Amino acid sequence: MILVMVRRLGEMVFVLVSISVLVFLIFFATPGADPAARLAGRGATPATLAAVRHSFGLDKPLPVQYVLMMKHLFVTQDLTSFVNPGEKVVPAVLQAVPVTLSLVFGAAIIWVIAALVVGVLAAWARDTVLDRLLMLFSLIGVSMPVFWLAEVANLITQARYHDTWLFSWVPALGYVPLSVSVVGWFKSLVIPWTVLAVTYIGLYGRVLRSNLVEAMNEDYIRTARAKGLSERQIILRHALRMSLITLVSMFGLDFGLLAGGGALLIEVVSGLPGVGELTYQALQNLDLPFIMAAVLYGAVFIVVANTVVDMLYAVIDPRAR
Amino acid sequence: MNGETLLEVDDLRVSFRTGQGVLPIVEGVSFVVKAGEILSVVGESGSGKSLTALAIMRLITDPNAVITGSVRFRGQDLLGLPEPAMRSLRGGAIAMIFQDPMTALTPAYTVGAQIVEQIMAHRNAGRMAARTRAIDLLGAMGIASPRDIAGRYPHQLSGGMRQRVMIAMALSCDPALLIADEPTTALDVTVQAQILELILRLRGEFGSSVLLITHDMGVVAKVADRVVVMYAGAIAEAGATRALFARPAHPYTIGLLGAIPRLRGPRLVRLPAIPGAPPAPHDRPSGCGFAPRCAAATGICAAHPPLITHDGHAVACFHARAA
Repeated sequence: MILVMVRRLGEMVFVLVSISVLVFLIFFATPGADPAARLAGRGATPATLAAVRHSFGLDKPLPVQYVLMMKHLFVTQDLTSFVNPGEKVVPAVLQAVPVTLSLVFGAAIIWVIAALVVGVLAAWARDTVLDRLLMLFSLIGVSMPVFWLAEVANLITQARYHDTWLFSWVPALGYVPLSVSVVGWFKSLVIPWTVLAVTYIGLYGRVLRSNLVEAMNEDYIRTARAKGLSERQIILRHALRMSLITLVSMFGLDFGLLAGGGALLIEVVSGLPGVGELTYQALQNLDLPFIMAAVLYGAVFIVVANTVVDMLYAVIDPRAR
Repeated sequence: MNGETLLEVDDLRVSFRTGQGVLPIVEGVSFVVKAGEILSVVGESGSGKSLTALAIMRLITDPNAVITGSVRFRGQDLLGLPEPAMRSLRGGAIAMIFQDPMTALTPAYTVGAQIVEQIMAHRNAGRMAARTRAIDLLGAMGIASPRDIAGRYPHQLSGGMRQRVMIAMALSCDPALLIADEPTTALDVTVQAQILELILRLRGEFGSSVLLITHDMGVVAKVADRVVVMYAGAIAEAGATRALFARPAHPYTIGLLGAIPRLRGPRLVRLPAIPGAPPAPHDRPSGCGFAPRCAAATGICAAHPPLITHDGHAVACFHARAA
């Protein structure tokens, strides 16, 4: 088992290095384009271009350029934006990370718990009115675009009903760091958490229900019945345990995707200065150093999340060891 | 063996509501299992033998299943029993093992934990005591290093090992009746023999009665005290194993026994077989189910033959060979 984990970690490092090379090549070695002009952003002066060329060693061979770039990113961490002169890329990303992680972690807790409840309830009450209703609501949840739902939530809690007792506690859009105020942090995030969780509750609830219903037809469930276990023990200890295997792999992918910048839409609409929002700004300004950092950061998160899932897999499914 | 009656199945019928109306699968099956005896129910696939076993355990979960008749266990009607009472019988006084040990255990737990789970569901035992008992049971199943095996996961064990685990689990709460649904079908021939020996030995050691469902006449001859032959959802013939093998009376049983290759005597060019195939449940004939394949069939076979018992030997055939 330990050997499997070590091998998996080795693979992870290999994938990460490959991605950094690939990203580097896309930005620096695309034929027919001057990387200096792209790095410098729109309407750069010849002086800026010269500075960029010098800073990234663009007159030197590609491998040297790659090493220089990685040095700027990870060692000296002094990669700067040329669109907003002087703004350092790495600290900006590092500052945005806690925001995104706060958002995604909180939403994940909500969606996992709620989806477990929805899926187990629906499977337990399968083919009844309760099951149909839960699945209908789940479908609606999956179908609502997150940016639209966030906008509606803003409209209700920030504008229309902000002055009623129900939503008067809702702070203005924005992020309060956990270190400043725990309550403030919670208040600033609870609505984005819920909005982000809705889609995943629907998705995970539906997947879990169908997995559970399928598991209930397995031979080992018949054995569990023949052992004299109660229906609750059968569902929770046997059917749910086996259904979790699929769910965990789904969760790893979704979590990695969101933490890696996939929460861009909700971050922009809810005014949270996370990595997604940073990427959004960089894309609008064509700020290449920022875009590159964001892409690398996202890739790191997705790869790391996948590795964690693979390791968890070995823990929850003995057949995968 | 002439013990008291443990299980009494009377006119058990199982049918399913389908788009084309109600489809009967088990059409009035009656038999008795006595304390300490091994009764074998033998029949082809689709004869309704497995469904009979599942109906006794009330393990048919299909909401479209209709089960009528009576199943009495120690005088208690199982079909009318409330679910909690039935649950405490299942795995307790009545245990069941299944055909395919490869899929019958939950892959996520060690086999020891799965035996412990059953003991703790029925006995007021602590986890440690239950674990000790589980290891003892695995040892009694002829497993060489039971402590080691208890810590293994199902996928790490062979089919024969898993079936031993299933049997250990079934016997963990000292059941009065063990229902074994084709316990050897999915196993290698050599392992089959070991499992059968085990079942025979356990009847002596644990004192359980066994209801053995099988399609294998060889298995029946080896272990059963009495045998019930099922065909197309009904009993064709029933009686003591020795008498039935010596003097089969129903044309179907005669055909079945005729199809077993002999080790002695002249070698046959072709193994005799019963022509045709058993009818599918939706086009069973209205009278004798075997009539379309039967050489002795006449006009009278369009009616349902009654099961007539003579001297402990029951036959449902108008043309039964005189004993």
